[in-house]
Amino acid sequence: MERAVHAAGLTKRFGDFTAVDGIDLAVESGESFAMLGPNGAGKSSTMRMISTVSPATSGELRVLGKVPDTDGPAIRSRMGVVAQEDNLDDALTVRENIMIYGRYFGLSWSDARRKALELLDFAQLTDRADAQVNSLSGGMKRRLSIARALVNDPDLVLLDEPTTGLDPQARHLLWERLYQLKERGVTLLLTTHYMDEAEQLSDRLVVMDNARIVAEGSPSTLIAEHVSKEVLEVRYPADATVDLESLGHRIEPLADRTLVYTDSGEATLAELVNSGRTPSSSLVRRAGLEDVFLALTGRRLVE
Amino acid sequence: MIAAWIVVERNLLSYRRTPAVLLSAMFEPFIFLFGLGIGLGKLIDTVEWHGEPIEYAAFVAPGLIAVSAMNGALFEMSFNFYFKLRESRTYDAMLVTPLGLRSVLDGELSWAMIRGGLYSVVFLAALAAFGYLESWWALLIPLAALLIGLSFASIASWATTFVRGWQDFDLFFLATQPLFVLSTTFFAIDVYPDWAHPIVYATPLYHGVDLVRDLARGTVAWSSFGNIAYLLVMAGVGRALATRRSAELLTT
Ligand SMILES: Nc1ncnc2c1ncn2[C@@H]1O[C@H](COP(=O)(O)OP(=O)(O)OP(=O)(O)O)[C@@H](O)[C@H]1O
Ligand SMILES: [Mg+2]
Repeated sequence: MERAVHAAGLTKRFGDFTAVDGIDLAVESGESFAMLGPNGAGKSSTMRMISTVSPATSGELRVLGKVPDTDGPAIRSRMGVVAQEDNLDDALTVRENIMIYGRYFGLSWSDARRKALELLDFAQLTDRADAQVNSLSGGMKRRLSIARALVNDPDLVLLDEPTTGLDPQARHLLWERLYQLKERGVTLLLTTHYMDEAEQLSDRLVVMDNARIVAEGSPSTLIAEHVSKEVLEVRYPADATVDLESLGHRIEPLADRTLVYTDSGEATLAELVNSGRTPSSSLVRRAGLEDVFLALTGRRLVE
Repeated sequence: MIAAWIVVERNLLSYRRTPAVLLSAMFEPFIFLFGLGIGLGKLIDTVEWHGEPIEYAAFVAPGLIAVSAMNGALFEMSFNFYFKLRESRTYDAMLVTPLGLRSVLDGELSWAMIRGGLYSVVFLAALAAFGYLESWWALLIPLAALLIGLSFASIASWATTFVRGWQDFDLFFLATQPLFVLSTTFFAIDVYPDWAHPIVYATPLYHGVDLVRDLARGTVAWSSFGNIAYLLVMAGVGRALATRRSAELLTT
Protein backbone atom coordinates (compact mmCIF):
# COMPACT_ATOMS: atom_id res chain seq x y z
CA MET A 1 0.00 0.00 0.00
CA GLU A 2 1.20 3.53 -0.72
CA ARG A 3 2.48 5.86 1.93
CA ALA A 4 -0.29 8.08 3.35
CA VAL A 5 1.78 11.26 3.24
CA HIS A 6 5.16 11.82 1.72
CA ALA A 7 6.76 15.27 1.81
CA ALA A 8 10.28 16.34 0.96
CA GLY A 9 11.52 19.89 1.33
CA LEU A 10 7.92 21.03 1.69
CA THR A 11 7.78 24.81 1.98
CA LYS A 12 5.01 27.36 2.41
CA ARG A 13 5.59 31.08 2.18
CA PHE A 14 3.10 33.90 2.67
CA GLY A 15 4.81 36.82 0.97
CA ASP A 16 8.23 37.10 2.63
CA PHE A 17 7.17 35.09 5.61
CA THR A 18 8.07 31.41 5.70
CA ALA A 19 5.43 29.41 7.59
CA VAL A 20 6.80 25.97 6.68
CA ASP A 21 10.49 25.73 5.92
CA GLY A 22 11.49 22.68 3.92
CA ILE A 23 10.11 19.87 6.05
CA ASP A 24 10.30 16.13 5.31
CA LEU A 25 7.44 13.89 6.41
CA ALA A 26 6.69 10.21 5.95
CA VAL A 27 3.39 8.99 7.34
CA GLU A 28 2.93 5.29 6.71
CA SER A 29 -0.44 3.80 5.95
CA GLY A 30 -2.27 2.68 9.09
CA GLU A 31 -0.13 4.56 11.55
CA SER A 32 -1.08 7.34 13.87
CA PHE A 33 1.20 10.31 13.47
CA ALA A 34 1.31 13.55 15.43
CA MET A 35 2.78 16.98 14.76
CA LEU A 36 3.60 18.66 18.00
CA GLY A 37 4.53 22.31 18.31
CA PRO A 38 3.77 25.68 19.86
CA ASN A 39 1.56 28.42 18.38
CA GLY A 40 2.73 29.55 14.97
CA ALA A 41 5.05 26.57 14.43
CA GLY A 42 3.48 25.89 11.03
CA LYS A 43 1.30 22.91 11.89
CA SER A 44 -1.92 24.18 10.33
CA SER A 45 -0.11 25.48 7.27
CA THR A 46 1.28 21.98 6.75
CA MET A 47 -2.12 20.38 7.31
CA ARG A 48 -3.73 22.72 4.79
CA MET A 49 -1.19 21.77 2.15
CA ILE A 50 -1.84 18.09 2.82
CA SER A 51 -5.59 18.65 2.65
CA THR A 52 -4.94 19.99 -0.90
CA VAL A 53 -6.54 23.42 -0.33
CA SER A 54 -3.27 25.31 0.04
CA PRO A 55 -0.70 24.96 -2.74
CA ALA A 56 2.87 24.36 -1.60
CA THR A 57 5.34 27.13 -2.47
CA SER A 58 8.02 24.54 -3.19
CA GLY A 59 9.03 21.00 -2.37
CA GLU A 60 7.49 17.66 -3.05
CA LEU A 61 4.20 16.42 -1.63
CA ARG A 62 2.27 13.23 -2.25
CA VAL A 63 -0.90 12.35 -0.38
CA LEU A 64 -2.28 8.81 -0.68
CA GLY A 65 0.14 8.34 -3.56
CA LYS A 66 -1.16 11.32 -5.53
CA VAL A 67 -0.10 14.90 -6.19
CA PRO A 68 -2.38 17.59 -4.67
CA ASP A 69 -1.97 20.07 -7.54
CA THR A 70 -3.33 17.68 -10.15
CA ASP A 71 -5.31 15.05 -8.21
CA GLY A 72 -7.02 17.17 -5.56
CA PRO A 73 -10.53 15.69 -5.92
CA ALA A 74 -9.21 12.08 -6.01
CA ILE A 75 -7.18 12.68 -2.85
CA ARG A 76 -10.01 14.43 -1.05
CA SER A 77 -12.46 11.64 -1.87
CA ARG A 78 -10.37 9.29 0.32
CA MET A 79 -9.56 11.76 3.06
CA GLY A 80 -11.39 13.25 6.05
CA VAL A 81 -10.38 16.67 7.33
CA VAL A 82 -11.14 18.25 10.70
CA ALA A 83 -9.97 21.85 10.64
CA GLN A 84 -8.60 23.70 13.66
CA GLU A 85 -11.62 26.01 13.80
CA ASP A 86 -14.98 24.27 13.69
CA ASN A 87 -16.66 24.98 10.39
CA LEU A 88 -19.91 23.13 10.81
CA ASP A 89 -22.87 24.31 8.75
CA ASP A 90 -24.88 26.23 11.32
CA ALA A 91 -27.88 26.67 9.05
CA LEU A 92 -28.43 22.91 9.32
CA THR A 93 -29.17 20.39 12.05
CA VAL A 94 -26.65 17.91 13.42
CA ARG A 95 -27.98 15.11 11.24
CA GLU A 96 -28.23 17.30 8.14
CA ASN A 97 -24.61 18.34 8.59
CA ILE A 98 -23.51 14.76 8.11
CA MET A 99 -26.01 14.04 5.36
CA ILE A 100 -25.15 17.01 3.16
CA TYR A 101 -21.46 16.25 3.67
CA GLY A 102 -22.17 12.76 2.39
CA ARG A 103 -23.79 14.37 -0.66
CA TYR A 104 -20.65 16.46 -1.25
CA PHE A 105 -18.78 13.15 -1.37
CA GLY A 106 -21.23 11.78 -3.91
CA LEU A 107 -23.38 9.58 -1.66
CA SER A 108 -27.07 9.22 -2.53
CA TRP A 109 -29.53 10.76 -0.07
CA SER A 110 -30.50 7.32 1.22
CA ASP A 111 -26.89 6.27 1.76
CA ALA A 112 -26.18 9.62 3.38
CA ARG A 113 -29.10 9.11 5.75
CA ARG A 114 -27.91 5.62 6.69
CA LYS A 115 -24.36 6.85 7.18
CA ALA A 116 -25.58 9.73 9.36
CA LEU A 117 -27.32 7.30 11.75
CA GLU A 118 -24.17 5.23 12.06
CA LEU A 119 -21.92 8.25 12.66
CA LEU A 120 -24.28 9.93 15.10
CA ASP A 121 -24.03 6.78 17.14
CA PHE A 122 -20.23 6.76 16.84
CA ALA A 123 -20.07 10.39 18.00
CA GLN A 124 -22.64 9.78 20.76
CA LEU A 125 -24.88 12.45 19.32
CA THR A 126 -27.92 10.34 18.48
CA ASP A 127 -30.10 12.16 21.00
CA ARG A 128 -29.07 15.51 19.50
CA ALA A 129 -29.64 14.46 15.90
CA ASP A 130 -32.25 17.11 15.16
CA ALA A 131 -30.74 19.92 17.22
CA GLN A 132 -29.32 23.02 15.58
CA VAL A 133 -25.53 23.01 15.56
CA ASN A 134 -25.37 26.26 17.56
CA SER A 135 -26.95 24.57 20.55
CA LEU A 136 -24.10 22.04 20.91
CA SER A 137 -21.27 22.29 23.44
CA GLY A 138 -17.68 22.64 22.25
CA GLY A 139 -16.98 18.95 22.80
CA MET A 140 -20.11 17.93 20.90
CA LYS A 141 -19.22 20.21 17.99
CA ARG A 142 -15.79 18.65 17.84
CA ARG A 143 -17.30 15.17 17.83
CA LEU A 144 -19.68 16.19 15.08
CA SER A 145 -16.80 17.63 13.04
CA ILE A 146 -15.02 14.31 13.33
CA ALA A 147 -18.15 12.31 12.54
CA ARG A 148 -18.76 14.45 9.47
CA ALA A 149 -15.19 13.89 8.27
CA LEU A 150 -15.79 10.12 8.37
CA VAL A 151 -18.81 10.15 6.07
CA ASN A 152 -16.76 8.89 3.10
CA ASP A 153 -15.01 6.10 5.08
CA PRO A 154 -11.67 7.84 4.62
CA ASP A 155 -8.31 6.04 4.56
CA LEU A 156 -6.59 9.09 6.00
CA VAL A 157 -7.99 11.51 8.58
CA LEU A 158 -6.37 14.88 9.30
CA LEU A 159 -7.17 16.36 12.71
CA ASP A 160 -5.88 19.85 13.46
CA GLU A 161 -5.85 20.24 17.24
CA PRO A 162 -8.81 17.94 17.82
CA THR A 163 -9.08 18.57 21.57
CA THR A 164 -7.92 22.16 22.12
CA GLY A 165 -10.31 23.99 24.41
CA LEU A 166 -12.09 20.87 25.68
CA ASP A 167 -12.40 19.81 29.28
CA PRO A 168 -10.58 16.61 30.39
CA GLN A 169 -13.68 14.46 30.16
CA ALA A 170 -14.48 15.61 26.64
CA ARG A 171 -10.85 15.05 25.63
CA HIS A 172 -10.86 11.49 26.92
CA LEU A 173 -14.07 10.71 25.07
CA LEU A 174 -12.52 12.02 21.86
CA TRP A 175 -9.32 10.09 22.39
CA GLU A 176 -11.32 6.94 22.84
CA ARG A 177 -13.13 7.53 19.53
CA LEU A 178 -9.82 8.16 17.78
CA TYR A 179 -8.43 4.88 19.16
CA GLN A 180 -11.39 3.12 17.61
CA LEU A 181 -10.60 4.66 14.25
CA LYS A 182 -7.00 3.61 14.54
CA GLU A 183 -8.05 0.04 15.33
CA ARG A 184 -10.03 0.00 12.13
CA GLY A 185 -6.82 0.72 10.24
CA VAL A 186 -7.50 4.38 9.46
CA THR A 187 -4.34 6.49 9.16
CA LEU A 188 -4.47 9.42 11.56
CA LEU A 189 -2.44 12.60 11.22
CA LEU A 190 -3.03 15.03 14.03
CA THR A 191 -1.54 18.20 15.40
CA THR A 192 -1.51 19.10 19.04
CA HIS A 193 -0.06 21.39 21.70
CA TYR A 194 -0.46 18.69 24.28
CA MET A 195 2.29 16.26 25.08
CA ASP A 196 -0.02 13.80 26.74
CA GLU A 197 -2.18 13.76 23.65
CA ALA A 198 0.77 13.01 21.41
CA GLU A 199 1.96 10.32 23.82
CA GLN A 200 -1.49 8.77 24.04
CA LEU A 201 -2.46 8.83 20.40
CA SER A 202 0.60 8.66 18.22
CA ASP A 203 2.86 5.85 17.11
CA ARG A 204 5.32 8.42 15.84
CA LEU A 205 5.56 12.17 15.91
CA VAL A 206 7.51 15.15 14.75
CA VAL A 207 8.23 18.15 16.90
CA MET A 208 7.86 21.39 14.95
CA ASP A 209 9.23 24.74 15.94
CA ASN A 210 9.64 27.90 13.89
CA ALA A 211 8.51 26.33 10.63
CA ARG A 212 10.96 23.41 10.93
CA ILE A 213 10.97 19.88 12.26
CA VAL A 214 13.35 19.72 15.21
CA ALA A 215 12.92 16.06 16.19
CA GLU A 216 11.24 12.94 14.99
CA GLY A 217 10.51 9.48 16.38
CA SER A 218 8.21 7.51 18.64
CA PRO A 219 7.34 9.17 21.96
CA SER A 220 9.53 6.72 23.89
CA THR A 221 12.58 6.99 21.62
CA LEU A 222 12.38 10.79 21.66
CA ILE A 223 12.34 10.76 25.44
CA ALA A 224 15.20 8.27 25.58
CA GLU A 225 17.26 10.25 23.07
CA HIS A 226 16.81 13.74 24.40
CA VAL A 227 16.14 13.53 28.12
CA SER A 228 16.83 11.28 31.09
CA LYS A 229 14.38 8.81 32.57
CA GLU A 230 13.26 10.97 35.45
CA VAL A 231 12.88 14.59 36.32
CA LEU A 232 13.28 16.12 39.75
CA GLU A 233 11.48 19.44 40.09
CA VAL A 234 12.72 21.60 42.96
CA ARG A 235 11.66 24.97 44.33
CA TYR A 236 13.60 27.27 46.63
CA PRO A 237 12.58 30.54 48.28
CA ALA A 238 13.06 33.47 45.87
CA ASP A 239 16.02 34.95 47.79
CA ALA A 240 17.94 31.66 48.11
CA THR A 241 21.03 31.16 45.94
CA VAL A 242 21.63 27.44 45.63
CA ASP A 243 24.17 25.91 43.29
CA LEU A 244 22.62 23.02 41.38
CA GLU A 245 25.03 22.96 38.44
CA SER A 246 26.71 19.58 38.84
CA LEU A 247 23.49 17.67 39.53
CA GLY A 248 22.11 14.96 37.22
CA HIS A 249 22.64 15.03 33.45
CA ARG A 250 21.33 18.49 32.87
CA ILE A 251 19.42 21.19 34.69
CA GLU A 252 16.79 23.51 33.31
CA PRO A 253 16.03 26.65 35.33
CA LEU A 254 12.46 27.90 34.87
CA ALA A 255 10.86 31.02 36.28
CA ASP A 256 9.33 29.37 39.31
CA ARG A 257 11.32 26.15 39.71
CA THR A 258 14.30 24.19 38.45
CA LEU A 259 14.15 20.89 36.57
CA VAL A 260 16.92 18.38 37.16
CA TYR A 261 17.23 15.60 34.59
CA THR A 262 18.47 12.47 36.26
CA ASP A 263 18.29 8.68 36.18
CA SER A 264 16.89 8.57 39.68
CA GLY A 265 14.97 11.48 41.10
CA GLU A 266 14.97 10.04 44.61
CA ALA A 267 18.75 9.59 44.66
CA THR A 268 19.33 13.14 43.44
CA LEU A 269 16.92 14.55 45.99
CA ALA A 270 18.75 12.60 48.74
CA GLU A 271 22.03 14.08 47.50
CA LEU A 272 20.57 17.60 47.86
CA VAL A 273 19.23 16.94 51.36
CA ASN A 274 22.52 15.36 52.50
CA SER A 275 24.50 18.35 51.28
CA GLY A 276 22.26 20.83 53.12
CA ARG A 277 20.45 22.10 50.02
CA THR A 278 16.97 20.86 50.95
CA PRO A 279 14.42 22.46 48.60
CA SER A 280 11.24 24.07 49.97
CA SER A 281 9.28 21.72 47.74
CA SER A 282 10.12 18.94 45.34
CA LEU A 283 8.51 16.51 42.91
CA VAL A 284 9.86 13.44 41.14
CA ARG A 285 8.20 12.44 37.87
CA ARG A 286 8.91 10.55 34.65
CA ALA A 287 10.29 12.60 31.82
CA GLY A 288 7.84 13.34 28.99
CA LEU A 289 7.65 15.00 25.61
CA GLU A 290 7.30 18.39 27.26
CA ASP A 291 10.85 17.88 28.49
CA VAL A 292 11.97 16.87 25.03
CA PHE A 293 10.62 20.08 23.64
CA LEU A 294 12.28 22.09 26.36
CA ALA A 295 15.59 20.34 25.75
CA LEU A 296 15.36 20.97 22.00
CA THR A 297 14.22 24.56 21.98
CA GLY A 298 14.94 25.94 25.43
CA ARG A 299 11.29 26.98 25.60
CA ARG A 300 8.17 25.45 27.01
CA LEU A 301 5.47 24.27 24.69
CA VAL A 302 2.44 25.79 26.37
CA GLU A 303 3.33 29.12 27.95
CA MET B 1 -22.80 20.35 -13.12
CA ILE B 2 -23.91 17.66 -10.67
CA ALA B 3 -21.45 18.92 -8.07
CA ALA B 4 -22.85 22.45 -8.38
CA TRP B 5 -26.37 21.09 -7.97
CA ILE B 6 -25.45 19.53 -4.62
CA VAL B 7 -24.56 23.00 -3.40
CA VAL B 8 -28.05 24.12 -4.47
CA GLU B 9 -29.46 21.18 -2.48
CA ARG B 10 -27.60 22.43 0.56
CA ASN B 11 -29.36 25.79 0.23
CA LEU B 12 -32.76 24.20 -0.28
CA LEU B 13 -32.15 22.19 2.88
CA SER B 14 -31.15 25.28 4.84
CA TYR B 15 -34.22 27.29 3.74
CA ARG B 16 -36.58 24.41 4.39
CA ARG B 17 -36.90 25.44 8.01
CA THR B 18 -37.10 29.18 7.34
CA PRO B 19 -39.30 29.55 4.25
CA ALA B 20 -40.51 32.93 5.60
CA VAL B 21 -37.20 34.48 4.54
CA LEU B 22 -37.87 33.46 0.94
CA LEU B 23 -41.56 34.23 0.99
CA SER B 24 -41.35 37.71 2.47
CA ALA B 25 -39.23 38.94 -0.43
CA MET B 26 -41.79 37.42 -2.74
CA PHE B 27 -44.38 39.94 -1.56
CA GLU B 28 -42.18 42.96 -2.09
CA PRO B 29 -43.08 43.54 -5.75
CA PHE B 30 -46.78 43.33 -4.84
CA ILE B 31 -46.34 46.09 -2.31
CA PHE B 32 -44.67 48.29 -4.92
CA LEU B 33 -47.29 47.41 -7.47
CA PHE B 34 -50.24 48.33 -5.26
CA GLY B 35 -48.56 51.25 -3.54
CA LEU B 36 -46.88 52.94 -6.46
CA GLY B 37 -48.19 51.37 -9.60
CA ILE B 38 -51.85 51.60 -8.76
CA GLY B 39 -51.60 54.58 -6.38
CA LEU B 40 -49.53 56.72 -8.72
CA GLY B 41 -51.47 55.28 -11.61
CA LYS B 42 -54.49 57.26 -10.43
CA LEU B 43 -52.50 60.42 -11.02
CA ILE B 44 -50.46 59.38 -14.02
CA ASP B 45 -53.17 57.70 -16.05
CA THR B 46 -51.22 56.34 -19.01
CA VAL B 47 -47.60 56.06 -20.13
CA GLU B 48 -46.40 55.90 -23.69
CA TRP B 49 -44.55 52.67 -24.58
CA HIS B 50 -43.36 52.11 -28.18
CA GLY B 51 -45.83 54.74 -29.33
CA GLU B 52 -48.80 53.22 -27.54
CA PRO B 53 -50.42 54.49 -24.38
CA ILE B 54 -50.51 51.86 -21.61
CA GLU B 55 -51.92 51.84 -18.11
CA TYR B 56 -49.27 52.91 -15.58
CA ALA B 57 -49.49 49.72 -13.47
CA ALA B 58 -48.98 47.62 -16.62
CA PHE B 59 -45.87 49.71 -17.29
CA VAL B 60 -44.42 49.33 -13.81
CA ALA B 61 -45.20 45.66 -13.20
CA PRO B 62 -42.63 44.12 -15.60
CA GLY B 63 -39.93 46.39 -14.22
CA LEU B 64 -40.70 45.07 -10.75
CA ILE B 65 -40.04 41.53 -11.98
CA ALA B 66 -36.55 42.55 -13.00
CA VAL B 67 -36.03 44.36 -9.70
CA SER B 68 -37.10 41.37 -7.63
CA ALA B 69 -34.85 39.03 -9.61
CA MET B 70 -32.00 41.44 -8.91
CA ASN B 71 -32.84 41.75 -5.21
CA GLY B 72 -33.14 38.01 -4.66
CA ALA B 73 -29.73 37.47 -6.20
CA LEU B 74 -28.13 40.42 -4.43
CA PHE B 75 -29.34 39.35 -1.03
CA GLU B 76 -28.06 35.84 -1.53
CA MET B 77 -24.65 36.84 -2.82
CA SER B 78 -24.08 39.67 -0.34
CA PHE B 79 -25.03 38.80 3.24
CA ASN B 80 -25.30 35.06 2.80
CA PHE B 81 -22.19 34.73 0.67
CA TYR B 82 -20.17 36.87 3.06
CA PHE B 83 -21.33 34.88 6.06
CA LYS B 84 -20.36 31.58 4.49
CA LEU B 85 -17.09 32.96 3.17
CA ARG B 86 -15.80 34.68 6.28
CA GLU B 87 -17.80 33.87 9.36
CA SER B 88 -19.09 30.32 9.30
CA ARG B 89 -16.32 29.08 6.98
CA THR B 90 -18.84 26.94 5.18
CA TYR B 91 -16.78 27.04 2.01
CA ASP B 92 -13.63 25.88 3.79
CA ALA B 93 -15.59 22.83 4.86
CA MET B 94 -16.84 22.25 1.31
CA LEU B 95 -13.40 22.58 -0.25
CA VAL B 96 -11.97 19.61 1.62
CA THR B 97 -14.56 17.41 -0.08
CA PRO B 98 -14.26 16.44 -3.75
CA LEU B 99 -16.24 19.59 -4.68
CA GLY B 100 -13.92 22.07 -6.32
CA LEU B 101 -14.02 25.80 -5.85
CA ARG B 102 -15.64 26.23 -9.26
CA SER B 103 -18.51 23.87 -8.40
CA VAL B 104 -19.03 25.58 -5.06
CA LEU B 105 -19.25 29.02 -6.64
CA ASP B 106 -21.36 27.84 -9.57
CA GLY B 107 -23.71 26.18 -7.12
CA GLU B 108 -24.10 29.40 -5.16
CA LEU B 109 -24.67 31.41 -8.34
CA SER B 110 -27.22 28.88 -9.55
CA TRP B 111 -29.09 29.07 -6.29
CA ALA B 112 -29.12 32.88 -6.32
CA MET B 113 -30.36 32.75 -9.91
CA ILE B 114 -33.09 30.24 -9.07
CA ARG B 115 -34.18 32.38 -6.15
CA GLY B 116 -34.58 35.40 -8.43
CA GLY B 117 -36.38 33.29 -11.02
CA LEU B 118 -38.73 31.85 -8.43
CA TYR B 119 -39.95 35.32 -7.45
CA SER B 120 -40.61 36.16 -11.05
CA VAL B 121 -42.84 33.15 -11.63
CA VAL B 122 -45.04 33.97 -8.65
CA PHE B 123 -45.34 37.63 -9.62
CA LEU B 124 -45.87 36.73 -13.25
CA ALA B 125 -48.79 34.50 -12.38
CA ALA B 126 -50.36 37.36 -10.42
CA LEU B 127 -49.84 39.78 -13.31
CA ALA B 128 -51.46 37.36 -15.71
CA ALA B 129 -54.43 37.14 -13.38
CA PHE B 130 -54.71 40.97 -13.28
CA GLY B 131 -54.53 41.08 -17.08
CA TYR B 132 -51.29 43.09 -17.20
CA LEU B 133 -49.67 40.75 -19.70
CA GLU B 134 -50.25 41.47 -23.37
CA SER B 135 -48.24 38.86 -25.20
CA TRP B 136 -47.23 35.20 -25.42
CA TRP B 137 -43.65 36.49 -25.23
CA ALA B 138 -44.37 36.87 -21.53
CA LEU B 139 -43.88 33.13 -21.13
CA LEU B 140 -40.16 33.79 -21.60
CA ILE B 141 -40.03 36.20 -18.66
CA PRO B 142 -38.88 33.52 -16.17
CA LEU B 143 -35.88 32.87 -18.40
CA ALA B 144 -35.14 36.58 -18.48
CA ALA B 145 -35.45 36.68 -14.69
CA LEU B 146 -32.98 33.80 -14.37
CA LEU B 147 -30.52 35.70 -16.55
CA ILE B 148 -30.96 38.88 -14.52
CA GLY B 149 -30.50 36.89 -11.31
CA LEU B 150 -27.35 35.24 -12.63
CA SER B 151 -25.72 38.44 -13.84
CA PHE B 152 -26.34 40.31 -10.58
CA ALA B 153 -25.35 37.28 -8.49
CA SER B 154 -22.04 37.03 -10.36
CA ILE B 155 -21.08 40.66 -9.96
CA ALA B 156 -22.33 40.77 -6.37
CA SER B 157 -20.29 37.73 -5.36
CA TRP B 158 -17.18 39.38 -6.74
CA ALA B 159 -17.93 42.61 -4.88
CA THR B 160 -18.59 40.70 -1.66
CA THR B 161 -15.12 39.16 -1.71
CA PHE B 162 -13.84 42.68 -0.95
CA VAL B 163 -16.17 43.21 1.99
CA ARG B 164 -14.22 43.18 5.26
CA GLY B 165 -17.00 43.64 7.81
CA TRP B 166 -20.76 43.89 8.01
CA GLN B 167 -20.66 47.69 7.96
CA ASP B 168 -19.18 47.59 4.45
CA PHE B 169 -22.56 46.44 3.19
CA ASP B 170 -23.93 49.97 3.67
CA LEU B 171 -21.59 50.98 0.89
CA PHE B 172 -22.47 47.91 -1.12
CA PHE B 173 -26.19 48.74 -1.11
CA LEU B 174 -25.57 52.44 -1.52
CA ALA B 175 -24.05 51.48 -4.86
CA THR B 176 -27.20 49.63 -5.91
CA GLN B 177 -29.54 52.58 -5.21
CA PRO B 178 -28.60 54.60 -8.32
CA LEU B 179 -29.24 51.46 -10.36
CA PHE B 180 -32.77 51.48 -9.11
CA VAL B 181 -33.24 55.17 -9.89
CA LEU B 182 -31.69 54.87 -13.34
CA SER B 183 -33.42 51.64 -14.25
CA THR B 184 -36.59 53.06 -15.91
CA THR B 185 -38.63 50.88 -13.55
CA PHE B 186 -40.98 53.75 -12.72
CA PHE B 187 -40.43 56.14 -15.67
CA ALA B 188 -39.82 55.54 -19.32
CA ILE B 189 -36.43 56.64 -20.62
CA ASP B 190 -37.76 59.78 -22.36
CA VAL B 191 -38.54 61.21 -18.91
CA TYR B 192 -34.79 61.39 -18.25
CA PRO B 193 -32.88 64.34 -19.78
CA ASP B 194 -30.96 63.53 -22.96
CA TRP B 195 -27.55 63.72 -21.31
CA ALA B 196 -28.61 61.01 -18.85
CA HIS B 197 -29.54 58.49 -21.52
CA PRO B 198 -26.04 57.04 -21.98
CA ILE B 199 -25.79 56.59 -18.23
CA VAL B 200 -29.10 54.75 -18.19
CA TYR B 201 -27.97 52.51 -21.04
CA ALA B 202 -24.76 51.74 -19.19
CA THR B 203 -26.44 50.48 -16.01
CA PRO B 204 -27.29 46.80 -15.75
CA LEU B 205 -30.73 46.97 -14.19
CA TYR B 206 -31.99 49.07 -17.12
CA HIS B 207 -31.25 46.14 -19.44
CA GLY B 208 -33.13 43.76 -17.20
CA VAL B 209 -36.14 46.06 -16.93
CA ASP B 210 -36.20 46.83 -20.64
CA LEU B 211 -35.97 43.15 -21.56
CA VAL B 212 -38.76 42.03 -19.25
CA ARG B 213 -41.00 44.94 -20.29
CA ASP B 214 -40.56 44.12 -23.98
CA LEU B 215 -41.45 40.50 -23.27
CA ALA B 216 -44.49 41.50 -21.23
CA ARG B 217 -45.76 43.90 -23.92
CA GLY B 218 -44.73 41.78 -26.90
CA THR B 219 -42.53 44.63 -28.16
CA VAL B 220 -39.43 42.44 -28.54
CA ALA B 221 -36.91 44.09 -30.86
CA TRP B 222 -33.20 44.05 -31.73
CA SER B 223 -32.64 46.07 -28.58
CA SER B 224 -33.77 43.01 -26.62
CA PHE B 225 -30.79 41.08 -27.96
CA GLY B 226 -28.64 43.97 -26.82
CA ASN B 227 -30.14 43.61 -23.34
CA ILE B 228 -29.44 39.88 -23.36
CA ALA B 229 -25.88 40.34 -24.57
CA TYR B 230 -25.20 42.94 -21.89
CA LEU B 231 -26.49 40.64 -19.13
CA LEU B 232 -24.61 37.61 -20.47
CA VAL B 233 -21.33 39.50 -20.55
CA MET B 234 -21.95 40.79 -17.04
CA ALA B 235 -22.64 37.24 -15.82
CA GLY B 236 -19.53 35.83 -17.52
CA VAL B 237 -17.17 38.56 -16.39
CA GLY B 238 -18.57 38.58 -12.86
CA ARG B 239 -18.26 34.80 -12.54
CA ALA B 240 -14.66 34.80 -13.77
CA LEU B 241 -13.65 37.61 -11.40
CA ALA B 242 -15.49 36.05 -8.46
CA THR B 243 -13.87 32.66 -9.09
CA ARG B 244 -10.42 34.21 -9.09
CA ARG B 245 -10.98 36.30 -5.98
CA SER B 246 -12.55 33.40 -4.05
CA ALA B 247 -9.57 31.23 -4.91
CA GLU B 248 -7.28 33.92 -3.52
CA LEU B 249 -9.25 33.99 -0.28
CA LEU B 250 -9.98 30.31 0.21
CA THR B 251 -7.04 28.42 -1.23
CA THR B 252 -3.98 30.33 -0.03
N1 LIG C 1 -2.89 33.04 5.23
C1 LIG C 1 -1.81 33.46 5.90
N2 LIG C 1 -1.20 34.62 5.57
C2 LIG C 1 -0.11 35.06 6.24
N3 LIG C 1 0.47 34.40 7.26
C3 LIG C 1 -0.07 33.24 7.64
C4 LIG C 1 -1.23 32.70 6.99
N4 LIG C 1 -1.55 31.53 7.57
C5 LIG C 1 -0.63 31.34 8.54
N5 LIG C 1 0.26 32.36 8.59
C6 LIG C 1 1.40 32.48 9.51
O1 LIG C 1 2.17 31.32 9.43
C7 LIG C 1 2.66 30.95 10.72
C8 LIG C 1 2.30 29.52 10.99
O2 LIG C 1 0.90 29.46 11.18
P1 LIG C 1 0.15 28.09 11.43
O3 LIG C 1 -1.30 28.42 11.51
O4 LIG C 1 0.58 27.09 10.44
O5 LIG C 1 0.71 27.69 12.87
P2 LIG C 1 0.23 26.57 13.85
O6 LIG C 1 1.42 25.74 14.17
O7 LIG C 1 -0.95 25.88 13.33
O8 LIG C 1 -0.16 27.43 15.13
P3 LIG C 1 -1.37 27.25 16.16
O9 LIG C 1 -0.89 26.25 17.16
O10 LIG C 1 -1.49 28.59 16.77
O11 LIG C 1 -2.55 26.82 15.42
C9 LIG C 1 2.06 31.93 11.70
O12 LIG C 1 3.04 32.89 12.02
C10 LIG C 1 0.93 32.56 10.95
O13 LIG C 1 0.75 33.90 11.35
MG1 LIG D 1 -2.84 25.69 13.87
